[in-house]
Amino acid sequence: MATTETFYEVMRRQGISRRSFLKYCSLTATALGLAPSFAGTIANAMETKPRTPVIWLHGLECTCCSESFIRSAHPLVSDVVLSMISLDYDDVIMASAGHQAEAILDEIRHKYKGNYILAVEGNVPLNQDGMSCIIGGRPFIEQLREVAADCQAIIAWGSCASWGCVQAAHPNPTQAVPIHQVIHDKPIIKVPGCPPIAEVMTGVITYMLTFERIPELDRQGRPKMFYGQRIHDKCYRRPHFDAGQFVENWDDEGARKGFCLYKMGCKGPTTYNACSTVRWNNGVSFPIQSGHGCIGCSEDGFWDKGSFYDHVTDTRVFGIEANADRVGIAAAGTVGVAVAAHAAASAIHRIKQRAGEHHEENDQA
Amino acid sequence: MFTGIPTVQQTAVYVYQTPVRIWHWVNALSITVLAITGYLIGSPLPSLSGEASDHYLMGYIRFFHFAAAYVFLVGFLFRLYWAVVGNSYSHQLFTLPFWRRRFWSELLHEVRWYAFLEQEPRKYIGHNPLAHLFMVVIITVGGFVMIVTGLALYSEQTGLGSWQDQLFGWVIPFVGQSQDVRMWHHWGMWVIVVFVMLHVYTAIREDIMSRQSLISTMISGWRMFKDDRP
Ligand code: HEM
Ligand code: HEM
Ligand code: SF4
Ligand code: SF4
Repeated sequence: MATTETFYEVMRRQGISRRSFLKYCSLTATALGLAPSFAGTIANAMETKPRTPVIWLHGLECTCCSESFIRSAHPLVSDVVLSMISLDYDDVIMASAGHQAEAILDEIRHKYKGNYILAVEGNVPLNQDGMSCIIGGRPFIEQLREVAADCQAIIAWGSCASWGCVQAAHPNPTQAVPIHQVIHDKPIIKVPGCPPIAEVMTGVITYMLTFERIPELDRQGRPKMFYGQRIHDKCYRRPHFDAGQFVENWDDEGARKGFCLYKMGCKGPTTYNACSTVRWNNGVSFPIQSGHGCIGCSEDGFWDKGSFYDHVTDTRVFGIEANADRVGIAAAGTVGVAVAAHAAASAIHRIKQRAGEHHEENDQA
Repeated sequence: MFTGIPTVQQTAVYVYQTPVRIWHWVNALSITVLAITGYLIGSPLPSLSGEASDHYLMGYIRFFHFAAAYVFLVGFLFRLYWAVVGNSYSHQLFTLPFWRRRFWSELLHEVRWYAFLEQEPRKYIGHNPLAHLFMVVIITVGGFVMIVTGLALYSEQTGLGSWQDQLFGWVIPFVGQSQDVRMWHHWGMWVIVVFVMLHVYTAIREDIMSRQSLISTMISGWRMFKDDRP
């Protein structure tokens, strides 16, 4: 291990100046919400620690996580982070191919046994013996199991690896399952989103590489620093929500004025992600800012939670899709009519009974 | 009283103690507020114009929902306590004697009475079995579900680490995700609304049609029987 380069050496070799390196350290400290003094800690760690290799596997997926990752807002960040990881194994951006690439994988596994991080993009199809995703002539599940066996921790990139996403949506023909349903004996850090935000991805990976520990996770295994709050909690349209000012139609006055999109089905109130703070594309905007509600892309099973334009899930009852309010109003209406009918029947019944009692009396008399 | 029945002797039993009666009406009020404000959270009123700083409508609606929710919650806990220290009728709300044959035969009898298949209802000092069943299922189980899902949703705004989160945050991944919790919370409202409609109707109907008092019982605590037959 003594011969292994440090992060800093790797970066220098990749042509990154010391000045850029220090800038990167302070940017990262900020992105992670750490005090400015942590920039020094990060720099020190990177200068002294041997580089932790990252293996990036691709299962059943669309590569949107990679696409997002390489568009990290600050070019510096992606340069640095890529120089830290791309050297090893990532089918999308590595230089080698075929047997050569698979050989690298084996080499890292043995050389860094128990010391590398496994990042997984996409998930695992179980149907037809895993035939729906073949890598190097073998089902992805085999590659995943082997590489996971010797890793330190797993990062599950995106909603696919974290929850299942579109390929696991009903009826899930390939029986795609998220990573945590296949690998049970390693810590798994979920970084959901379709795709996750670039700065969130680089932030998580930098944190793990520099501090050599897993960021604090919530109950579902997501880093608290990025997934601790809902879109709704930090949304700049929130004052309109509290005021009761809503967009009612896509082309109405409220839409022009930037009112809250709740009535257009915004899922911000039920979605945990950093969009409303970090935003997208170099912090330019995010869906709500451009006038469309959140579709909840970082939530478990978001494809199966009814329409993107309805914030109350349609429920499959009795085989039909039904909205809670429509069924509720229908049920209340039916019960109301039934109650009225029953009341009328009760009144008639009572009158008849009384008449009967009167007759009996008269008969006796 | 009509002249048909000769001198009726009315017997009375003290059934609902004062705390239970107060709880009943406080609870009824809080549930009404919760259902109305809850519905308006799910389907807000028409949009207001002007500046955001001019209004706080949604904020107030949500405030009333949460205020009523805490009243409901404290009431529920109090009622649970009273079931332990109160009289024997006070724990009916939390116990269902499903192991007793008699309960089921009386339940059937009560259903037949509502279906006009029985000439006369039986007399009950506590709840009739049908009411008893509904109250346990809807108020005790349903109320518990609303409290648990409601506090889980509340934990989303008080944040990670708050007591709501520590006690009820697990509910969200347990049910699925936040949107699923809202869906069940929302369905719960309709279940309770339908119960309240039936409850109020049957309370009034039975007050007139049955052989015992009901509404006045929930006001004074005394159950009056209109005749002496068993
Ligand atoms: C105007 C509205 C209402 C009227 C007239 C009314 C009337 C009554 C009456 C007469 C009883 C006693 C039944 C008996 O003697 O067996 C009762 C019990 C009860 N009611 Fe209501 N009620 C009303 C609203 C509500 C609401 C909104 C709820 C909550 C959903 C509710 C929940 C209960 C419960 C849980 C009991 C059982 C009390 C116990 O065993 O401690 N009521 N109600
Ligand atoms: C019988 C009692 C209750 C009824 C009928 C009721 C009804 C509702 C309804 C219909 C909604 C709207 C859901 C949606 O469509 O998004 C709602 C939201 C909510 N309720 Fe309740 N609720 C009850 C009790 C509670 C309790 C005990 C709590 C606990 C604090 C609670 C907390 C909440 C919260 C936090 C929300 C979400 C509000 C928001 O995020 O804006 N509810 N409730
Ligand atoms: S636009 Fe969406 S996230 Fe923003 S305040 Fe409205 S409901 Fe919440
Ligand atoms: S706003 Fe919502 S749907 Fe859009 S990217 Fe963020 S989490 Fe996904």
